[in-house]
Amino acid sequence: MIISAADLHKSYGRTAALAGASLEVAAGEVVAVMGPSGSGKSTLLHCVAGIVAPDRGTVVYDGRELSAMTDPERSALRRSEFGFVFQFGQLVPELSCRENVALPLRLDGTPRRAAERRADELLSQLEVADVARARPGSVSGGEGQRVAVARALVTDPRVLFADEPTGALDSLNGERVMELLTTAARERGTAVVLVTHEARVAAYSDREVIVRDGRTPALVS
Amino acid sequence: MAIGTTFLGLLEGGPRHGYDLKRAYDERFGTDRPLSYGQVYATLARLLKNRLVEIDAVEPGAGPERKRYAITPAGVTDVERWLSEPEKPEPYLQSTLYAKVVLALLTGRGAQALLDAQRAEHLRLMRELTQRKQEGDVADQLICDHALFHLEADLRWLELTAARLDQLAEAVAS
Repeated sequence: MIISAADLHKSYGRTAALAGASLEVAAGEVVAVMGPSGSGKSTLLHCVAGIVAPDRGTVVYDGRELSAMTDPERSALRRSEFGFVFQFGQLVPELSCRENVALPLRLDGTPRRAAERRADELLSQLEVADVARARPGSVSGGEGQRVAVARALVTDPRVLFADEPTGALDSLNGERVMELLTTAARERGTAVVLVTHEARVAAYSDREVIVRDGRTPALVS
Repeated sequence: MAIGTTFLGLLEGGPRHGYDLKRAYDERFGTDRPLSYGQVYATLARLLKNRLVEIDAVEPGAGPERKRYAITPAGVTDVERWLSEPEKPEPYLQSTLYAKVVLALLTGRGAQALLDAQRAEHLRLMRELTQRKQEGDVADQLICDHALFHLEADLRWLELTAARLDQLAEAVAS
């Protein structure tokens, strides 16, 4: 397993978001985390990705326990080994789509030309090469999400975390994003943790994990 | 599926043998359920009797004679009427799933495990169809989408029922 999260608890004030959730992900596997609104699926993703520290329980990534790492170590891990896609692309509006995709490589010290060449490859694979020079504000929602997927994959992460990546798209655009996302991830052997409440989106995964009231009672294959 | 009217529609393009009709039907509409020859020739016999098709030619062969069928003007009218009439939507009021949930609660077995198992089964089929859709042409995509939207509707019902199980348990107990 590349990720093993066990018995995670997390509360916000008096509200328990997670109450004993577990998640295991194998290398290269696409796992859908499903459940009704407020069930704790996004909190589970945030804990597993090291964005939020659980109150209790352990998250082990590739043999390393996240809680035993320092903040800078966790940040470095997120930057180099993880990719993220959220419901709204969260692209930097002042940068072109190409610059957005190249950004994670630039932050890690890759020279501009090499980073942008790599960004162009990803944009082509996600079928949005024609918006490379455009600013995020001038592209459609579907194109923006594909750019966000390209940015998440540009560092060749071992795990891609996607939180409702098609939540803001119509069904045709959403499906195209899912097709391109899962194809690109599978080609690279990137594992995907996909949070969604939509069955049609979850159908692109290898298996699903259901979150209910902060727990993962049924691990269904 | 109205096999007879579909045959008539296929014959509008020109006369065909029974075997050609079966092949055209299976390719376009058969999906996982190809027609048997018995169905093909029983349907053609009925269409002949009702004068919606006629024998266009009879060709002798090594085995039985091969008949070629052509659509009649009455057949064309039949196709026109069929295409212009809306299909009656399924009422979906007789559901085995619903019956299982209620019986599980009535017999004190609990319904959560049943709902979870059903969800997994639905998602398994949805994965299969999604895969097929990705590999298929636009016709495959549309027929798979039709199935996927129905399965998704079932799943939404399963979620809603899971959320209201306590309420339903009270209602069936009273």
